[in-house]
Amino acid sequence: MLSSRRTERQILKVMGSRVEILNDGGYRSDGRRQYELRDITIDLSQQGTADGSALMTHGLTQVLATVFGPREARVRSQTLHDRAVINVEVNVSPFSTGERRRRGRADRRVLELAATIKSTFEPVVQTNLYPRSQIDIFLHVLQQDGGLLHACINATTLALVTAGIPLLDFVCAVSGGVHSTSPMLDLTTLEENDLPNLTVAIMPKTKKVTLVTLDTRLHVDRFAEIFELACVAGQIIHKEMKHAVKERTSALATSLGSGGKPGGGERVEQDTDMNYVNDI
Amino acid sequence: MDLDLAEEGYEADTIHKLTCPGEPLTSSQAFMRGHGTYVDNEEVIASVAGTVERVNKLISVRAVRTRYNPEVGDLVVGRITEVQPRRWKVDANSRQDAVLMLSSVNLPGGVQVSSFGVLASYVTSILRILKRRKLESDELQMRTFFEEGDLLVAEVQAFFADGAMSLHTRSLRYGKLRNGQLIAIPPVLIRRLKSHFISLPCGVDLILGLNGYVWVSKHIKQSQQEGEEAFDAEAVYSNRNDDIDDATRIAISRVSNIIRVFGAHFIPLTDTSLLEAYEWAVEQEYDIRDSLQEDAGEALVATVIARS
Repeated sequence: MLSSRRTERQILKVMGSRVEILNDGGYRSDGRRQYELRDITIDLSQQGTADGSALMTHGLTQVLATVFGPREARVRSQTLHDRAVINVEVNVSPFSTGERRRRGRADRRVLELAATIKSTFEPVVQTNLYPRSQIDIFLHVLQQDGGLLHACINATTLALVTAGIPLLDFVCAVSGGVHSTSPMLDLTTLEENDLPNLTVAIMPKTKKVTLVTLDTRLHVDRFAEIFELACVAGQIIHKEMKHAVKERTSALATSLGSGGKPGGGERVEQDTDMNYVNDI
Repeated sequence: MDLDLAEEGYEADTIHKLTCPGEPLTSSQAFMRGHGTYVDNEEVIASVAGTVERVNKLISVRAVRTRYNPEVGDLVVGRITEVQPRRWKVDANSRQDAVLMLSSVNLPGGVQVSSFGVLASYVTSILRILKRRKLESDELQMRTFFEEGDLLVAEVQAFFADGAMSLHTRSLRYGKLRNGQLIAIPPVLIRRLKSHFISLPCGVDLILGLNGYVWVSKHIKQSQQEGEEAFDAEAVYSNRNDDIDDATRIAISRVSNIIRVFGAHFIPLTDTSLLEAYEWAVEQEYDIRDSLQEDAGEALVATVIARS
């Protein structure tokens, strides 16, 4: 069914008609419903010598985050005597977009993205535990199809968690937009170009908001609706992220215990997992 | 969360209760917060992903994989990153570079050959080391002892106010490393042992640094190592490797690859499991290059787990 919907869209495109953002049946250009999120995949396997890493996919947007540290600051003048410095570097691969384009390190948009991510995480990471250190966050954008900022934020959260860096909470981000009067979540590039859109990052436990960005103009009456919707979607993404982290933690704890005494631990961990599911 | 339930049959070793950041653990009125937790709204909340540990009323969370947290007395392997006035900076896989003061290393002094017994020579060498004053000339030739990139084994001596660790190499077993190679694995895989200097029967010496750096080197005979006539500065601070024959080179690479496989599969490193793995690897007649292949690694890990 999904594929037939897609082919329909493609035929429409071929026929030269403008792509509908939301058709009469309530479907979007990629066959999703209004509030439907794209597929999420999370890979938390070890990447080289990094202390923590995460490969996060939202639909066709794919970001690899690697975290190094806390470690000795490379630039001594930047160190703070009472907390760690967070350094974010974003690298947008030339092959990540539809048309190939090389962005330098000093590209203004990329620098702004890095600064946004840095300010999102500064209140969440417990930097005061690591005076005079530096935490490096490197982001590699491998594919992009809208929602670049929220994919970067989610990947960074996971990478920080896998690096064992203390966080107050997860940070879960999602983008949203409004098509005439109907709000939509997790926009693709196509939708992002046409719609007023915002990105919201929340801390799911306290429901605090660490980031709201709005690059385009949005009617003030629509804002509350889409904002609340994005907060709910953040909770859903949190569930996925937490599941992935739990799975990795339990796998590592099991193999760590297996060297001394084989087996045993696994069943107990599954039980605790079930408890957590019930808690949710 | 139900810590009360755990109270009845709680055995810290057997039950791994897992948590992740932002998860409430218990009330802060009944319990104290330890590492990996914070208090908000009268609740103790986890700040890292890992296993919950409880000692009486203290709740802490140990992250599964993290950087090295030093403790006084730990044996570490490190690499010199910087030479500063009267001190070296050492990368020891911790959150800050460690400091090795010029005053906490053994310096070559006027060598006297004592003809007394072993004990007497040991005592005199200690006395001499203690008596040896650090001179301005030593400061000027710090790079002849350790320079950037040199590897060394040392012990954590103390901490500075900001949490940086201070190392010392004031033992004949500590000092510059040569004749081998370094492997870095997650620090949590190295447990505290009676001795972190291990000699394997295959002619390989191991130094398991608690910071996750492992030094695998050619076996040095005990008598040569001790240097009965004291402390020979030339040998201790030498930058030249001894001759290493092919068999030893093969053994070193094989042990190193096994340690890498252990690190990749997150298996704790002990001398017995390492030895078993080595014997198994020799039996299988794997080419050393192939021992890092995924299937070989998995087979090795399965064998080690089955035997332990």
